[in-house]
Amino acid sequence: MSASGSNQWKDRLFRGLLWWAGLTMIFLAIGIFVSLVHQSWPAIRSLGTRFLTGRTWNPVSGQFGALPFVAGTLLTSVISLVLAIPFALSIALFLGEYFRTGPIAGLFKSLTELLAGIPSVIYGFWGLFVLVPWIRALELRIGAPPYGVGILTASLILTVMIIPYAASIARDVIDLVPQHLKEGAYALGATRFEVIRKVILPFARSGILAGIFLAFGRALGETMAVTMVIGNRNLLPKTLFDPGNTMASVIANEFTEAAGRLYLSALIEIGLLLFLITLVFHILGKWVIQRMQVPGES
Amino acid sequence: MRNRLWIRQFLDRGFQAVVILLALLTVLPLFLILGYVLKNGLGAMNWELLTHLPKPVGETGGGLLHALVGTLMLVSLALLFSVPLGILAGIYLAEHQHTRLSYWMSLCIDILQGIPSIVIGIIAYIWVVMPLHHFSALSGGVALAIMMLPMTVKATEETLKRIPRALKEAALALGAPYHTTILQVVLPAGLSGIMTGILLGVARIAGETAPLLFTAFGSPFLNFSPLRPVDALPLLIFNYAMSPYPDWHRIAWGASVLLIAMVLGLNLLARWVIRRWKVQF
Repeated sequence: MSASGSNQWKDRLFRGLLWWAGLTMIFLAIGIFVSLVHQSWPAIRSLGTRFLTGRTWNPVSGQFGALPFVAGTLLTSVISLVLAIPFALSIALFLGEYFRTGPIAGLFKSLTELLAGIPSVIYGFWGLFVLVPWIRALELRIGAPPYGVGILTASLILTVMIIPYAASIARDVIDLVPQHLKEGAYALGATRFEVIRKVILPFARSGILAGIFLAFGRALGETMAVTMVIGNRNLLPKTLFDPGNTMASVIANEFTEAAGRLYLSALIEIGLLLFLITLVFHILGKWVIQRMQVPGES
Repeated sequence: MRNRLWIRQFLDRGFQAVVILLALLTVLPLFLILGYVLKNGLGAMNWELLTHLPKPVGETGGGLLHALVGTLMLVSLALLFSVPLGILAGIYLAEHQHTRLSYWMSLCIDILQGIPSIVIGIIAYIWVVMPLHHFSALSGGVALAIMMLPMTVKATEETLKRIPRALKEAALALGAPYHTTILQVVLPAGLSGIMTGILLGVARIAGETAPLLFTAFGSPFLNFSPLRPVDALPLLIFNYAMSPYPDWHRIAWGASVLLIAMVLGLNLLARWVIRRWKVQF
């Protein structure tokens, strides 16, 4: 009898442990948001909307306008996304339709996984020593100021980094397209291109959109590779060849040097802003994917 | 009519060619990057690199033993913080599907997963560095643990969800208490999936630099205390790559080869675990 009593007690303890572990996830997410707001409060109070509209970031004179960084982040992310979409879709169609099985599919799947697995800092290192000289040569040829580093260089590195991510989501969605729909179209005499255009892509549309959102969220928050090749200049970029800074790269560069409460607080506010923007795209993407998978599973 | 057929077939072939071409172009950077890293890094690879500490600027040679130790410490701390908690939370979610609380938990895990790594660095700075007043391996471990936690939870949840209910019901019917059923029947059956998730998580965090910039911070000394700053392989690559010294670049290329080998090795190990230990139902 005492054995079953102790088991009951252990069971209750175990269930309690599970419950608390799960609840910790909620506390963590809320805690992160609260901490960010709390630490950026001095900047929010004293800077107000000047933080979002100001074009000058000069910690020495106490001016903290984050617009150049917001612009840098949005520019690099949008450019890299636009460049990545055709490549990601091709990989997805390649693996999800043209070569579904066999050694070629296995090889390409492994290669794209490897591409996704290379650490960000190594992309940056390679970019600094290979891509930057290439871009500099290009800039010399077309008569742009030959910085080498800049918005364009950062966007190109980002493109390579987000392609595998967007592609793997798009491929999963293309895999979900029911075989009978495709066979129906083939039976009507459609070519493979027509099946892709009229059956596969419309069916997978929302899933591909979700993949684009998630890849965009990733591009927004990517730090190291961008920091190493963007040039780190705190001015609003005027052309694609200009050096700039993104929200993530300015935090990476200046956080340890931030002297003064307001300076540190302003950097944390940039972190808060980045967190919120990324959150929107990440949750939107996850939500669309979840909605897609529900009918497939039941 | 024959003409239209010709156009349709032409479009079909053309589209296929474009898809294959773009797919090939996508993996081209992989070979460019790997080739360049190997070309520069293999030459830098020697015994001294692995067993020595860095030398002062100007002297050639020296190694990155301190960064290897640091990476090992940071990953161990991250595993210590995230694995027990992550597995417990994963069990909760697998056991309580479609409840309101588990919906909010899943949402929060998605949120945690989407946080940019640099912001996680800020959080570890606020939570650990600020109260302690100095950079430390501990704060870096906390940052990496926050990154790894959602991956561990998801891997556990997804694996346990796929384990047949009958297994659990059989154990309960035999009179096994709930915790015995979960810990000795359900969890071992899902071990390979959870292990794989953890290994892939380690492969991710071992290459992370951004969360360590203002937590682990970096240090050229060999240090085993979790309360002092440590270097890590990715952090060393960043600092050395941005330096103007060719000898430091050489060491950074060597470190890049090590890091890529580590990430690749962990990925292969994860695949092997899945094949070797997968429990068939």
